Amino acid sequence: MTFDPTQDVILRPLLKDPGCDLTAYRDQHFKGSRNDQENLLRNSNTLYVGNLSYYTTEEQIHELFSKCGDLKRLVMGLDKFKKTPCGFCFVEYMERSSAEDAMRYINGTRLDDRVVRTDWDAGFKEGRQYGRGKRGGQVRDEYRMDFDPGRGGFGARAQLKSEKQTTGPAAEKEETET
Amino acid sequence: MPRRPHQKDSDTDEDGRTSASFTKRRKTSETTEEIEKRLESLICRVGEKSSSSLESNLEGLAAVLEADLPNFKPQILQILLCCSYQLPEKCPIYTTLVGLLNVRNYKCGGEFVEMLLLKLKRLLSISQFENARFLIQFVSDLVNCNVIAPASVMSLLDGFVDVTKQEGIPQSRKDWYVYVVMATLPWCGATLTEKKVDEMEVLFTKMQRYIMTRQKPHHDFLRVWAIDEPHPQEEYMDCLFAQICKLREDNWVEDILPRPYKAFEPVLENALQHTFPDFVVPPHIEGTSLYPIPKVIFRIFDYTDCPEGPLLPGNHAIERWLIEESMRNMINTNKYDKKECATRLLNFPGKEKIPLNHMIIECLLGDMFRLPVSPLQQIFYTSIFIELCRLQPGMIPQVLAIASDMLFERLDTMNITCVDRFVNWFSHHLSNFQFRWTWDDWGDCLQEDFNSPKPKFIREVLEKCMRLAFFARIRDIVPQDFEPLVPQPPKICFKYEVVPGANASEDDHMMITSSQKIIAAIKNKCQDDELIVMLEEMFPQGPEQVHNGKRLELFLQSLLFLAQKSFSHSFSALFKFHKVLKWAASDEEGKVDVLRITKDIWRNHPQMLIVLVDRMLRMEIVDCSSVAKWLFSPDMAPDFTRMYVWEIMHMTIRKMNKHVARLDASLVEMQERAIVDDKKMDDDEESDMRRSYSVFAPNEEDIQKMKEQVDTASGEQKKLFLIIFQRFIMILSDHLARSAGLHKNYNTSWYKNTIERLKEIFLLHKDMVKKYMSTMENLLFTVDLDPHILTVFKQFASIAK
Repeated sequence: MTFDPTQDVILRPLLKDPGCDLTAYRDQHFKGSRNDQENLLRNSNTLYVGNLSYYTTEEQIHELFSKCGDLKRLVMGLDKFKKTPCGFCFVEYMERSSAEDAMRYINGTRLDDRVVRTDWDAGFKEGRQYGRGKRGGQVRDEYRMDFDPGRGGFGARAQLKSEKQTTGPAAEKEETET
Repeated sequence: MPRRPHQKDSDTDEDGRTSASFTKRRKTSETTEEIEKRLESLICRVGEKSSSSLESNLEGLAAVLEADLPNFKPQILQILLCCSYQLPEKCPIYTTLVGLLNVRNYKCGGEFVEMLLLKLKRLLSISQFENARFLIQFVSDLVNCNVIAPASVMSLLDGFVDVTKQEGIPQSRKDWYVYVVMATLPWCGATLTEKKVDEMEVLFTKMQRYIMTRQKPHHDFLRVWAIDEPHPQEEYMDCLFAQICKLREDNWVEDILPRPYKAFEPVLENALQHTFPDFVVPPHIEGTSLYPIPKVIFRIFDYTDCPEGPLLPGNHAIERWLIEESMRNMINTNKYDKKECATRLLNFPGKEKIPLNHMIIECLLGDMFRLPVSPLQQIFYTSIFIELCRLQPGMIPQVLAIASDMLFERLDTMNITCVDRFVNWFSHHLSNFQFRWTWDDWGDCLQEDFNSPKPKFIREVLEKCMRLAFFARIRDIVPQDFEPLVPQPPKICFKYEVVPGANASEDDHMMITSSQKIIAAIKNKCQDDELIVMLEEMFPQGPEQVHNGKRLELFLQSLLFLAQKSFSHSFSALFKFHKVLKWAASDEEGKVDVLRITKDIWRNHPQMLIVLVDRMLRMEIVDCSSVAKWLFSPDMAPDFTRMYVWEIMHMTIRKMNKHVARLDASLVEMQERAIVDDKKMDDDEESDMRRSYSVFAPNEEDIQKMKEQVDTASGEQKKLFLIIFQRFIMILSDHLARSAGLHKNYNTSWYKNTIERLKEIFLLHKDMVKKYMSTMENLLFTVDLDPHILTVFKQFASIAK
């Protein structure tokens, strides 16, 4: 095996790019195989952005994500019924390298005082801009138990639960105990 | 410990196809790759945090590698070769390892040295100069491990310095070869002085002569601050030479570089050294060889800024350079992982001996402000500062605040590109920390003219902060007396507003009514053709093909008013009716008018204006030249020094450059695909496939068409730059003439700003602009021009070479 100085070999540890690795999330509504989805994710220019406040505007998102490169388009995530922003969006860049920079450097930083999370997306398709929760928002807001003023207060189940508690026998018990 | 491969499994028979043996068979070949991976991992990990000492780890690893040499020599040597220039921060660790291997296996050591030199030649000929520098550093350090004879290293370095004698080569080539020698001496200076004292004397004399006589026209262009108070902004070669001379005076003693080989002296002493023949430096190839750009050393701190704790090494102490270099290497190795990068910086080896936080911040700010271009994206620096604040909340935010304060104080002399970057970084950083800042500390600047650098900086910062938040938030974060610097709320300024009770002229009334009609039609989902008919009726065009400004204004204002709700609404509106827009603004004048109207209606929302201009360029409603003309038009004069104007200018130039580059790449790709080599084709399946694909290969006609596209685009690109320069000359000459006429001082804020922007265009687009030098010399920057303007051009011409 003779040495070939023209061969460009890079040490594996230098290729580590944890920010750009695929996460465990896969879209359950994706039409195609897992393999198809993963191939799309690995070549995608589109990012899912989550944990936004309901009040964060397209303009704010545009300003932040433009710091990584030219945006092709931005699609706000909307409540299925109210058609108002429900805390997520899709950001599509002109170039993949811009999306990679966003994954490495914007993910985990703040927008509108909230830590935003970015993840690879297989590509925007009409209909994907709507929340998939029963009440129209995102699924996570269905099960959320904390109070988040930027996302409508309590999550859907927590709100239901508190409604039940203020009217049922458990509520009376609570009142006598406090 | 990696297992030896080829272990015979007694229960596998030759043709065994049982699942067990099949797995074992697969495992054997996989194991080879696994072993390679494991070796790579072992070698890369040496020197990292460990429960054992570095010496014992090196000893152990050397033993393991020696044992694996018979079976894995090429792989091991390849890995070590990669380490030699890809992990520069660990150079002495790997040279020690190579030294230990050389003791155990002389032949192997020799082969490795040969590989190093072949790779060096390769790196130099493909212009990978940073990698080459690290490799040279490695080769030189091997003299300390008794792997290479001092005479060989001495002759190598001497040969590099002799490049300065070559003729007909660019200065950047000579500069680099001298720089690399200086950069290497901290590692091998002591040994070479000990063994080759006379040759070193000669080397230094040669270097000194070169350093003293070389020209530095780039110094002015690349400095962050125009003055040397309070800290000198030294030219990088001057600074390093001073540091090396001082190190030599100090007998090459410094306490920064780790030297693990010292612990192995008795072992390494016994090794046989290798020599190599004179290294032939690859020649300069005109048009291909690309040497690194010179630098100016960024200094924002001196020892008075770190009064408590360890001393900050002086400007000419080699420690300053060694630590910064080490930090830069750390950053480059971990640039994709902000957490790892920040963690490693904060755990810098030997951090107790230095004011760590100050040095990290100075290093990162220096890179962030590096001209013409930073080593990494601006977003990287923002995110690494945030990460550092997160990991070291007790110290980093304070030092960062002090640095920001210093940067603010020196805004008057800061390069304008750097000011832009400071604005962008500072506003983005604040947005991650609830916009908390001690604005009152900067209250003094409110006494100044609001166009002077400090209040202007605050205005631009607040404007950027508003884009990341919203008006009321930003208004509330600053003290009341800062109110004049707070940006306007981003409201639309619709020209044809229906104001009840207002006294409108008949003409205005007609326009308002017409506008309402247009708006109603669009709301009723009319087609673009219908709108054209409507507009033609409202404004019948005479026989002259002259641009109808009123018609365009009526339509565009109404459209943008209707779509004001969000970016998406506006983009959809432009998309839906771009045909109408192109019809209403078909000529040059019309295109500039489109921009004027857009700016008029969105004058309080620069962010919206920027994205609309971007869309209009993309949809070809306007073109790059019309954007340039518009930005220089009298209409834009009041806003000419505002950052958003230059955002648009640079975005437009960037778009044009990208467009040409894309077409260029397509042409090259087409030409490659067109190569159909009939002679090489045999009668096999692959050739058959290639033959059938060649039917689809681009032919001469396709290539010609593509060439024409490239030519047209290049022509457009040249036109854009010439328009920009021509307009600069016009407005600057005008200002200078008027000032002279009125006996006023010409050096106003506007003038300083504008001249800096001219320099900025030259610097940031040097490679493009270089191509038009003769046109510019003959047509634009002629001798009759005001000397103030001509000087800038001449300075640029000197660095364009």
